[in-house]
Amino acid sequence: MTEFAEIWSYLSQGPLLWLTATLAAYGFGDACFRAAGRNPLANPVLIAVVVLAGLLWLSGTAYPTYFAGAQFVHFLLGPATVALALPLYDSIPQLRRALLPVLAALIVGSLTAALSALAIAHALGVSPEVLASLAAKSATAPVAIGIAERMGGSPTLTAMLVILTGVTGAVVATPVLNALRLKDWRARGFAVGVTSHGIGTARAFQVHPTAGAFAGLGMALNAIATALIAPFALSLFQ
Amino acid sequence: MLHALTALLLCQLAGEAAARSLSLPLPGPVLGLMLMLALLAGFPRFAALMRPVAQGILSHLSLLFVPAGVGVVGHLATLGGQTTALVLAVVGSTVLSIAAGAVTFAAVARLTGSRDD
Repeated sequence: MTEFAEIWSYLSQGPLLWLTATLAAYGFGDACFRAAGRNPLANPVLIAVVVLAGLLWLSGTAYPTYFAGAQFVHFLLGPATVALALPLYDSIPQLRRALLPVLAALIVGSLTAALSALAIAHALGVSPEVLASLAAKSATAPVAIGIAERMGGSPTLTAMLVILTGVTGAVVATPVLNALRLKDWRARGFAVGVTSHGIGTARAFQVHPTAGAFAGLGMALNAIATALIAPFALSLFQ
Repeated sequence: MLHALTALLLCQLAGEAAARSLSLPLPGPVLGLMLMLALLAGFPRFAALMRPVAQGILSHLSLLFVPAGVGVVGHLATLGGQTTALVLAVVGSTVLSIAAGAVTFAAVARLTGSRDD
């Protein structure tokens, strides 16, 4: 038992243990997601977060100790944002053929996402500091976290709101769009990508390939649009 | 792989430097994205170099927000009564923005004669 305690105290000091745990927990979450037939409710990030939070609680580990290991994964958010240029580059031909609808839907979708979220939260008495974490929630996580940090929001809360937005969009998109009787797969996919970033895009690819391609385009364009729209939207509520 | 990774980091570094020195409203990585997009459009051969590394990172994009996500668990207590309001704001705005974006796209596509093919 003392041996275990010694090994534990050694491993729990370095970054290796929690970096490994982060990858393993995500692998477990991803396996659950596949086993559930890629149901958007079985989100791998939510599963990984619950597993890791449980491990931290059971082992009495503080978040900064965990983050000393997990920061190597967190750091990749920046390079991943830059890498989004590649799918955007690949969709330039589709963008050319539908430039006006794409730009109009981008502006309307991105403004609606930020303004309606802030208006509802503000009306329900959410504090200004928390609103700063909410404004960018429709952008893909690395971008949303970057924007929220600049506006004085909390990166962790933003990450959670981004995931919640993604899962909600993936679940409600088909019923909402069917109720509106919209049959254009480009319109359906693009709106889901603008609103619900990568999680919505993954869902759109399951439904129809054209919807998936336009969802990817919507996600990449809204990464740029949100960086401009979120600070403006937030300024209206402060 | 080494060159592609270096190119990603260089774009981000240039983006961060530009964002700080010119105090631009965009985060550094978003400026890096735009710089990378300009490079890809200018040099099509560059896309073949970037593809394996970019796809590798993007295929596990959601892994990258696990560390920040774990932090929110400690945050929940401080949110208190605001949790319900935030959930309502997220769900409401998600439904509204999907509907508004899709209706706008379909309407403008009809006006400009852009067809789904």
